[in-house]
Amino acid sequence: MMNFSVAASILPSGLPLPVSFGMIPLFAANPFTEPVGVIHYLIVGAVLFTAGIACMTLKRNALGILMGIELVLNGANINFVAFSSSYLRAEGAPTLGLDGQVVALFVILLAAAEAAVALAITLNFYNNHATVDVDRADDLKG
Amino acid sequence: MTGMLDMDISSMTHVIVPALATTALPALPMAGINWHSVLFLLFAGLACGFAVGVVAADNVVRMALYLVFSLGATAGLFFLAGAEFLGAMQLMIYVGGTLVLLVFGVMLTAQAPFVSIKPSSSDRTLAAVAGASLLALLLTAAFSVDAWMAPGAGVVPAPTATPLGMALVGVRVDTPPSGSPSGGHAGYMLPFEIVSVHLLVVLVGAAYLARAKRRRTPRAIDAVASAMPVEPAVVATAAVPAPGRPTGGAKSALVGGGR
Repeated sequence: MMNFSVAASILPSGLPLPVSFGMIPLFAANPFTEPVGVIHYLIVGAVLFTAGIACMTLKRNALGILMGIELVLNGANINFVAFSSSYLRAEGAPTLGLDGQVVALFVILLAAAEAAVALAITLNFYNNHATVDVDRADDLKG
Repeated sequence: MTGMLDMDISSMTHVIVPALATTALPALPMAGINWHSVLFLLFAGLACGFAVGVVAADNVVRMALYLVFSLGATAGLFFLAGAEFLGAMQLMIYVGGTLVLLVFGVMLTAQAPFVSIKPSSSDRTLAAVAGASLLALLLTAAFSVDAWMAPGAGVVPAPTATPLGMALVGVRVDTPPSGSPSGGHAGYMLPFEIVSVHLLVVLVGAAYLARAKRRRTPRAIDAVASAMPVEPAVVATAAVPAPGRPTGGAKSALVGGGR
């Protein structure tokens, strides 16, 4: 119930299908001649984020789940870069400046660390259970 | 997932056809093309398409390959946004380091039954519905801010390698962005040090976790492989305590040598 109220507060009022209506100004323009804006990068970031979430929830291979995490982190990075770029914003609009790129750099480093540890855990799990299927990791089940 | 691709293609043709009809073929039909946008569409299509491919593929080797392509195209998007140092780091650390690590993990665990673990079709349907809902929510939120809808002014950003390096050691040499609400210039010396120590600790821990252990008993994987057809035999093999070895010790449980 709370989810619906939150979604309703985000949606513009008076539009029964806000997703399709909101995209009309974007897709009415010729994408080959119009300059790219922040919203284009946000779309790509949203697609990568969604693909990563789907990958994390769908895959039964532990390495597939890791790949989903990488996709999610990259979707977030695309948003950081888009908001930090003056090239994509209107003239004089505020940007994150260099701070967004610094945060994206930290995300890349932490993703490398996370991948190393998660891979070590996966290898340990594989050595002990002879599988990488996460559905078989039920030793702690009572 | 296919619905999204259909939407992309149909919207593109829907745009191209009226443009061709109204411009009446000028002398140079290529003149008005914004090559930045064309390259963006190329890299964005590659990144999104291969990301969807990672989800759709069942073979873990193909998933890794698609992930390499998707993240490489993301580096191209970073270059197009003016973050050339970050794009280079994406290629070197992510594509060249992290994903190679993942591919090694795939190779080390790619026994025949585990290369392709298929989720059930009901799980697929549920993931497709949940993913489409999440995508709709994210896009709705993105489209609801007018300032983000404005096309870019094309203000070419300054090179970022030197300012980024200086910011990481605590000195800011870049000019603050115009209209920045903070207007401040915080250095990143402390986060840089924290991340450095974090990376060191994590790599030591990963090396400890993944080290080759000296085994006094046959590996569990061999025991399972020899007793593969009968499932209870696996349990029986695992339940037999190893000869000449203290059972129930906290240390053996911790290092995972219980089997």
